Amino acid sequence: MTDLIAQRTAAPISELDRGRPQAAPGRPGRPRRRSPGQSAWWALLFIGPTALGLLAFYLWPTVRTLIMSFTKSGPFGGSEFVGLENYTRLLQDPELLGALRNSAVYTVIALVGIPIAVAIAALLNTAGLRGRSVYRTLYFIPVVTMPAAIALVWRMIYNGDYGVLNEMLAVFGIDGRSWLTDPSTALVAIAVVGIWAGLGTNIVIFLAGLQGIPDTIMEAADLDGAGPIRKFFSITIPLLSPSIFFVSVISVIGALQVFDLVYMMLGANNPAMPNTRTIVYLFYEAGFIDNERGYAAAIAFLLLLIILALTVIQFRLQKKWVHYE
Amino acid sequence: MSDVSLDTRAMTGAPTGPGDGARRGSAGRGASARRPGRRIGRGHWLVHLLLATGAIVMVFPFIWQTLTAFKTFQDSVQVPPVVIPDPWVFTNFAEVFDSMPFGQMFLNSVLLTVGRTVGQVVLCTMAGYAFARIPFPGRNVVFVLFLSVLMVPSQLYLLPQYEIIQALGWLNTLQALIVPGIFSAFGTFLMRQFFMSMPAELEEAARIDGANPWQTFWRIMVPLAKPGIVALTVFTVLWSWNDLLWPLVVTTDPEKMPLSVGLSQLVGLHGTDYPVLMAGALLATLPMLVTFMILQRQFIQGIAFSGTKG
Repeated sequence: MTDLIAQRTAAPISELDRGRPQAAPGRPGRPRRRSPGQSAWWALLFIGPTALGLLAFYLWPTVRTLIMSFTKSGPFGGSEFVGLENYTRLLQDPELLGALRNSAVYTVIALVGIPIAVAIAALLNTAGLRGRSVYRTLYFIPVVTMPAAIALVWRMIYNGDYGVLNEMLAVFGIDGRSWLTDPSTALVAIAVVGIWAGLGTNIVIFLAGLQGIPDTIMEAADLDGAGPIRKFFSITIPLLSPSIFFVSVISVIGALQVFDLVYMMLGANNPAMPNTRTIVYLFYEAGFIDNERGYAAAIAFLLLLIILALTVIQFRLQKKWVHYE
Repeated sequence: MSDVSLDTRAMTGAPTGPGDGARRGSAGRGASARRPGRRIGRGHWLVHLLLATGAIVMVFPFIWQTLTAFKTFQDSVQVPPVVIPDPWVFTNFAEVFDSMPFGQMFLNSVLLTVGRTVGQVVLCTMAGYAFARIPFPGRNVVFVLFLSVLMVPSQLYLLPQYEIIQALGWLNTLQALIVPGIFSAFGTFLMRQFFMSMPAELEEAARIDGANPWQTFWRIMVPLAKPGIVALTVFTVLWSWNDLLWPLVVTTDPEKMPLSVGLSQLVGLHGTDYPVLMAGALLATLPMLVTFMILQRQFIQGIAFSGTKG
């Protein structure tokens, strides 16, 4: 995420630096600027509260977690330094392998949501379409709904005994199943809800990107006799690729951190849990249920490494397919 | 690149491509006056069909949720399912209020949301403005530190955050729910981006008139930053109202829980009594849904703004 942001802000930062020499006092012909020392005090006033809060509640805790990952808490509350023990134990934990696989599967399925969102955004962007804002509102409703509530609703829909999904499938002669307790379907079922819940946000982002494509380009393609399909793949997709890239980076990060849906849709005693437990759920279990803080801290750091690695890979790959104007 | 050249060719009408291309181009231009009407009639029918199908998939769960909230338990487990409740019952809502302090939880959610949002909007707007407009030594270093907070997943600071709250004696308090949430690297970044995009001349004038940075910020920039502030507000309100993990770890007393945690408690109490669960879920989501319906444009633009600038 920071890479993404750094990339997006690289230009503004240097632009600002250019403004600095002007701030030198006593420049003739211009109103006197505040001295650098004076503006530093003002900056402290403006930034200080947030900086302190971030330091106390975010930066320092992150460092603490790193330290914690090298310790083990004793039975009476103290903790002792154990070196890399948590990490070696983690790498040998069979549950980790399962959690990594589950998170990977979840992330891959979550990415399917991107082409769906692009397609819907493209349909919504049809020139002269009536009722566009009505559709947009309907697709957006899950975005404003509490994930905890969404999870409950889908639990009911997925229910194996009287869930409405099975009843609908029965109409087409398809045998349903208990989607959320069946180890072979639970993870997919949750990922589908994840896609459904995030669709509205992605559609809105893509729609903003599509509306930024100049009409003249599309008109030019019309003149050249390009059909709608050809236009979509040769013009719309390449010009939308920065948005697609952005959404895919965010989606991967979000999918790797999924917790609410797993927690609310399955429950601890679900027989499908070994096939559904994601990395963050593993972290939650270790840190807050088993009370193994050091071990949980090691899991959190592994998660950070995975996120960083995947983000770097995505940025490497972007050169191959993302077109910046 | 090829798109740009395509564009120029159309603008100038210069036959740069093979002769055939230019011929087709002019033919197309002649026909374009007639084409739209016919195309809208036929093409949009299919577009509406696809979009409406998708919309049904998006909305159906909420309709089913609402119907179930008014069903008796017997009706909710019928196979084939009972679609329209018969009779319509309101006891599920009463059941929600009986099994947990729902009113108090609702109030907690409201206070949590208002507290975090007001705090974040004030602090992030100030910090974002300074990063964009007030030069000071080491600004870029501090800014990069802010950005590094954005990068790390929340799990990385969750445990020590919990320990800090515990050490302060804040477990099961409103401030535990609010205080860590009023500091936001994302919000600061968002507001900085917004202030960066505003012309500097506006402040020049204020400064020449002798306004100090606070006056410039408060009287000139804040009123102009409304779209950015709206985006940040929408983002924070949604995140606060729907947040689950943090409230889950810092509250164990039902009187102190927000609605999201309350819902998870409701599952423990009622298992698969879906009419009661749906009544609870409906009550928990309705306020945000109504707010969204009233302020649709602000919500959608806010998310699009924070999604593209963030």
